[in-house]
Amino acid sequence: MLLRLLRPVRPVLCQVATSGFRRQSTVTSARFTLNSDVYKLHEGTTGASLGSGPPLEGEITREEMTGMYSLMAAIRELETKAGDLYLEKIIRGFLHRCNGQEASIVGLESALTPGDELITAYRCHGYTHTRGVSVKEIMAELAGKATGCSKGKGGSMHLYGPHYYGGNGIVGAQVPLGAGIAFTNKYNETGKICVTLYGDGAANQGQVFEAYNMAALWKLPCLFVCENNLYGMGTSSTRSSACPEYYTRGHYIPGIWVDGQNVLAVRTATQWCADYIRAGNGPLVMEQFTYRYYGHSMSDPGKSYRSATEVKGVRETRDPLKKCEELALELNLMTSDEIKAIKKDAAKTAEEAVEFAHSSPHPPPADLYAHIWWSRTK
Amino acid sequence: MGEDIGAYGGAYAVTRGFLDEFGPERIMDTPISESVIVGAGVGSALAGLRPIVELMTINFSLVAIDQIVNHAAKLRYMSDGQFSVPLVIRTVTGGGGQLAATHSQSFENWYASVPGLKVAVPATPYDALGLFRAAMKDDNPILFAEHSLLYGMRGEVPDEWYEIPFGQADIKRKGNDVTIVAYSRMTHVALQAAAMLEEKGRQAEVIDLRTLRPWDKETVLESVRKTNRVVVVEETWKTGGFSGEIASTIQEEAFDDLDGPVARVGGLDVPAPYNGTLEAAAIPNSERIIKALSDNYGI
Repeated sequence: MLLRLLRPVRPVLCQVATSGFRRQSTVTSARFTLNSDVYKLHEGTTGASLGSGPPLEGEITREEMTGMYSLMAAIRELETKAGDLYLEKIIRGFLHRCNGQEASIVGLESALTPGDELITAYRCHGYTHTRGVSVKEIMAELAGKATGCSKGKGGSMHLYGPHYYGGNGIVGAQVPLGAGIAFTNKYNETGKICVTLYGDGAANQGQVFEAYNMAALWKLPCLFVCENNLYGMGTSSTRSSACPEYYTRGHYIPGIWVDGQNVLAVRTATQWCADYIRAGNGPLVMEQFTYRYYGHSMSDPGKSYRSATEVKGVRETRDPLKKCEELALELNLMTSDEIKAIKKDAAKTAEEAVEFAHSSPHPPPADLYAHIWWSRTK
Repeated sequence: MGEDIGAYGGAYAVTRGFLDEFGPERIMDTPISESVIVGAGVGSALAGLRPIVELMTINFSLVAIDQIVNHAAKLRYMSDGQFSVPLVIRTVTGGGGQLAATHSQSFENWYASVPGLKVAVPATPYDALGLFRAAMKDDNPILFAEHSLLYGMRGEVPDEWYEIPFGQADIKRKGNDVTIVAYSRMTHVALQAAAMLEEKGRQAEVIDLRTLRPWDKETVLESVRKTNRVVVVEETWKTGGFSGEIASTIQEEAFDDLDGPVARVGGLDVPAPYNGTLEAAAIPNSERIIKALSDNYGI
């Protein structure tokens, strides 16, 4: 496995912009450049060579940038308000929030095409929204209401949508499922890929390695994505994993590490991975290096196994929303007023979703027995 | 060995302080790898240690079920006694916390079918301590199922040493009119039903099985011969539940003592829904126990 030499460092365009950027007019699209340190490559022995990896530059339109930022803001607000609802005991059971991981989620989603499939684990509200489920329906489901996307039967860990297979509570179990979804797409020659996400904790499940092997053997169009937020509940990746370089864990499967806090880096890397897989080269393993601000779930303050300084440090220097704002301003794709407006809108949407959740009815008692079995001929 | 048992103190705080008291060589945080948590537990027991492993919940035991059923339970038998597996598998069972379908299950009845395993299902602090001591001393593999909603329960335990043998039920409440057999959290639901029956002038005898394999058949039969009416209450799905085993045994061995068919109250045959009202409807409650007795025995 040769380590590919990365390109020489280019002059960085995506500098930290000073706050309160003042230009009023914006451009319709811009070229961006990425630092070479946003990617690391792992050559496998199956599939094609990775070459020099994803490009370190690209083009992004105003619409695309605004769209991504809006989604990130929407997710941030949704998760924050959901936490409040949990404390009010409107949401019960488990609630695993993804604040801090927005760029990994939105950057990845923005690179997919309609019909591409996605499956993830229980920290899934962000992807549920990017997959097309409204904030309202998500909030209502979290509150267990009949207007929720699973009609109140699923809850936080069991949110689904078109080409979106959850939301899964059993750690690692979604990975073989993802290989299977990829299999169907290959069998039916759809040309679509399945993005199969799991965390640093799940990366040590045996079933993940079984899925790797099968996907490589059968050249399944599966993009395995490890969301490495450095902690599996209360156990850091270095305490759980003999090899915490998750992008290399596919061993014979080529892999790529990406800075998960940089939405353009994630987008570019995902586009490149998707192209590679669509070309019939078999699976890849992508590691998104990211961070979660909150604890594992609402019952974990997230303080006993990591320092407040560490959390604060990420919030201050690697916040995905802030980075996206800086990029957008630097590239003249958005103004600070537009950014403010989007944030305000996201807050309003989340507020309305909370109202909707409050006022929606509970599922009727008969729903207890609904959808256990079915027959397509009935 | 177990996930987040050490530094984190345990997902349900059961092992809080253990790392400080016993040190990292004895309290080991593992990766999320249930097959190996149990498998390595079996292996280290085979080679001479007496490990205690934790599966964070019984829902995740399914990832390790081969190691539990095919290896822990059978190695002594298949080697004709050359090896033994003195392994305690602690796990958390039960629903009612709105954790939805894959996190609310109680599979101790499945494991209770397996020769070679022992299964404990304590309902009180006193029983949990007594049974756990017995479990640690036992040279066989034991599934020790602690109910998630009972961790907050407080109870008196004596200062003197005591143990509770497996296969010994506990009569939590004496009575002559009807027998209620239960285990784990349902013991408390049974006691609630008994209180309701008392208001109607009926005295229920509540038997807490405490262990499912072995289970105390004699105490149950003796009670049925006295009261002639029995209901078996269990949290897991009624179909295939251990209550079927108990009911069948009662009708086989005390048929002539029954005033009517053995009643069974179990979880409704649905995956656990997330919504709180739906979830509660699926779990046995005292009203359903009263109704079952009324339906079968007219009381």
